[in-house]
Amino acid sequence: MLLLIPLLPFAGFLINATLGRRLAKSISGGIACLAIIAAFVVSLLAVLDLRGAAGVHALRQVVFTWLPSGDLQIPFELYLDPLSSLMILVITGIGSLIHIYSTGYMHDEPDSEYARYFSYLNLFASFMLVLVLGANMPVMFIGWEGVGLCSYLLIGFWFTKKSAADAGKKAFIVNRIGDFGFVLGMLLLFTTFTTLDFQQLAVAVSSHATEAGSWGVITIATMLLFLGATGKSAQIPLYVWLPDAMEGPTPVSALIHAATMVTAGVYMIGRNAVLFTHAPHTLAVVAGIGVATALMAGTIGLVQNDIKRVLAYSTVSQLGYMFLAMGVGAYAAGIFHLYTHAFFKALLFLGSGSVIHALSGEQDLRNMGGLKKYLPITYWTFLIGALAIAGVPLLSGFFSKDEILFRTFSGGHVLLWAIGIVTSLLTATYMFRLVFLAFHGERRHDAPAAPAHPEEEEPAAHGHGHAAPAAHGHGHGGGHGTPHEAPWSMAIPLILLAVGSVVAGYVGVPHALKGSNEIESFLAPSFEASRSVPSRTASAAGGAAFQTVAVQEARTEQPGAEPASHEPAADEATELTLMGISVGIAFAGIGLAWFFWQRNRPLTDSLARQFGGPYRLLLNKYYVDELYDAAIVQPIKLLSTGALWKGVDAGLIDGTVNGVGALVRVGSTRLRRLQTGSIRTYAASLFLGVALILGWYLWL
Amino acid sequence: MDVIAFYVFGAIAIAASLGVVGQRNPMHSVMLLISSFGALAGLYVILDAPFTAVTQIIIYAGAIMVLFLFVVMLLNVPREEPAPASLAGMLGPRAIKAAAVLSVVMGAELLYAVLSIAQSFFSAGHAGSVSSVANIGQALFTKHAFAFEVTSILILVSMVGAVVLAQKEHR
Amino acid sequence: MVPLNYFLVLSAVLFAIGTAGVFLRRNLITVLLSVEIMLNAVNLTFVAVGRYLGTVDGQIIVFFVMTVAAAEAAVGLALVISLFRHRETLSPDAFTALKW
Repeated sequence: MLLLIPLLPFAGFLINATLGRRLAKSISGGIACLAIIAAFVVSLLAVLDLRGAAGVHALRQVVFTWLPSGDLQIPFELYLDPLSSLMILVITGIGSLIHIYSTGYMHDEPDSEYARYFSYLNLFASFMLVLVLGANMPVMFIGWEGVGLCSYLLIGFWFTKKSAADAGKKAFIVNRIGDFGFVLGMLLLFTTFTTLDFQQLAVAVSSHATEAGSWGVITIATMLLFLGATGKSAQIPLYVWLPDAMEGPTPVSALIHAATMVTAGVYMIGRNAVLFTHAPHTLAVVAGIGVATALMAGTIGLVQNDIKRVLAYSTVSQLGYMFLAMGVGAYAAGIFHLYTHAFFKALLFLGSGSVIHALSGEQDLRNMGGLKKYLPITYWTFLIGALAIAGVPLLSGFFSKDEILFRTFSGGHVLLWAIGIVTSLLTATYMFRLVFLAFHGERRHDAPAAPAHPEEEEPAAHGHGHAAPAAHGHGHGGGHGTPHEAPWSMAIPLILLAVGSVVAGYVGVPHALKGSNEIESFLAPSFEASRSVPSRTASAAGGAAFQTVAVQEARTEQPGAEPASHEPAADEATELTLMGISVGIAFAGIGLAWFFWQRNRPLTDSLARQFGGPYRLLLNKYYVDELYDAAIVQPIKLLSTGALWKGVDAGLIDGTVNGVGALVRVGSTRLRRLQTGSIRTYAASLFLGVALILGWYLWL
Repeated sequence: MDVIAFYVFGAIAIAASLGVVGQRNPMHSVMLLISSFGALAGLYVILDAPFTAVTQIIIYAGAIMVLFLFVVMLLNVPREEPAPASLAGMLGPRAIKAAAVLSVVMGAELLYAVLSIAQSFFSAGHAGSVSSVANIGQALFTKHAFAFEVTSILILVSMVGAVVLAQKEHR
Repeated sequence: MVPLNYFLVLSAVLFAIGTAGVFLRRNLITVLLSVEIMLNAVNLTFVAVGRYLGTVDGQIIVFFVMTVAAAEAAVGLALVISLFRHRETLSPDAFTALKW
């Protein structure tokens, strides 16, 4: 049954990929949505099954033995435990809403493009599900690579536009660099522990001592895995692809770059929690990079002028929070934030999509304003999402973000907590800047028309972001006519996600507020090593193949793991205090945004001009892309062109081949002079031969 | 007795051959070769091979050499130009000089080979009755019958070839 | 009894003389004559060794060699004749068409 979950969207992909171009839009879109909704239903059933069976802690399904090769026995196995149940529900649930939204958003595309879009979207969902359901690292890696591929396909969906094609390539290549780390980590783990099954690895590692003071194998392996995570989840140093990925259609940004793919890195760390717990150095690096990324992205997001870029940097920043959580050992808190973030970030992206759709492709914030009265549904849902991400109490973001900050502080990492708090302020500020600029006030047309303004380096000027390809076009350019509210196919998902953004957090109400923090206790078994691991060579012969195996639980207590479900009473006071601080910060941020962008815009603009240097630095994303280009891309290009192409290929290889030919030619020119035409010479050479042969036989 | 005959005939053979190779007049060369063949026939007699000796005279000296003689007279082959004075000039192009050296080397090799054959390998010799004509005939027509027949075809082929090659050109 | 070696030495010498003649002479007919000398030297070897081995096979071979020599002489001379008709000279150096 577990196999159905990724298989249904894969079937949708196959149908749309092969037959799609001949199907009407309603059919191809309908098939895709049906596939993912069906996957959601099956996921729900599977999770209920898991919850219902008493004492059972995970479901396994071996589909077939994939790589039987001596010591390396890798079955294609799926594994459902609390962690992956949460993930599949998020992926299929939010995925379904986004599929439905896309039917409205992509409606103006031609039939074949529409079908292609949905086939890619289904394929993505299928791979993501394989990733989270994988019972061992290679299966997860299939999903890992697959979502990278789909990300490339979807970002570069309008591939006739150069910036989109480039963005797709950039995403894929940067991801690959991370994947390289992932593979090395995987190999290192295999050579050390001769298994790649997650549960077996956990058991094997838990018998090792924690590598507290030293850089042992586990530390190096987890560092490498984390490198893969930075690529997939857009952390420093491999985050540069995510802002560019906004070239893709907005629902793609919502699904892939907010709710699901970028969370793969966080999930991977959660899945390997036992490994990471045994490598404190890596955890320190994870937390440090997480919080640094959060801060950096927050500062950049503050000044961006493209609505989607702001949200992109916001995603990077929130992912930083999740990694911070993982880094301080609060795995459940990180996953909790992943779950709530999926709701409100998807909501924010889809809302921005609705805005862009209403304005016929305008994406520059400076050309927006006053949309509140034209797009009421969009406005109210967007506002809910913004409040959630800012951490306003009673909404989901508050509970999850607060949990992370509390755990950071109580783990003793006060500096990290402080940076986290500052980032919270930034989050609230930039998000409400977005709200005020886009929805409040009067409609403006402030963005410069020509792209060659020296101060503005981002491509906001061609605000017809998604209207450029020939096949797609609204009748009128931005700015004319009244913006129209989203059709119901787009509005309903917005409403549902808004509801989710409000209520989703209530599964994690902390004890300090008299809640029972169910999500933490729900997820706790996933982060510990369980003793009852089935034997290695689970072969898939015959009928046993499709039976899911229930794994009885017999948990071992981890010496180093954070105590999952109880907090001493003394901490409750600290928690309440911290909560108070973060609430205050949230409102302060909203207030700042209101002050600078709602009330006193001319002051803001003059400040920007006055502090031109720092402003430009932030606007140009700290010039990181340029740095990478100069330090890495150009040298590689030079090396490839100069050394490898001219030197090795043209010189060495061609030279060798041509050289052989030249050698033969020169040799034969010399040799043919033997044919002198003179009979006597021929006779002479005959006797030379005779003399030599005679000599050979006589003296040798 | 035999040994003296051997030396005599041997000397004649070598001298005649040297003459053939050294003579400039082709007619003289042919004549000298005939005498060489005669000496060889004598050597065959010493070797208890009378049939071969006679065959040698009849075929070689009698037929082949006469053929050569006819051709020489037919073509009115002139005296060869005198060889250039120096040895180098006589030998001609470089390759030929080298080969001349080699023929000496080859001769030396042959001598060496021949001289190193153990004498005791051969029996003292059988009676001449082994080589009677009857015996030769018997061996020829039984053991080597196939080769005999093939040789006849060979002669036929060469006859035809000679006729064809030596034709005057038509037209 | 004449020792075998004597015959073999004689034959070797004759062979060498014939070889020298083949490429020292600048007259095609004489070249053919030198070839005949070589053949005869070989004949002598065959008969001598056959005699000392006590078989008649040596003489059989000689029989065939003579036949072949005759055939070869005939064809060779026919060639010489046609070559002479073509070039009016009998020097081997004149016929260099088999060049590269």
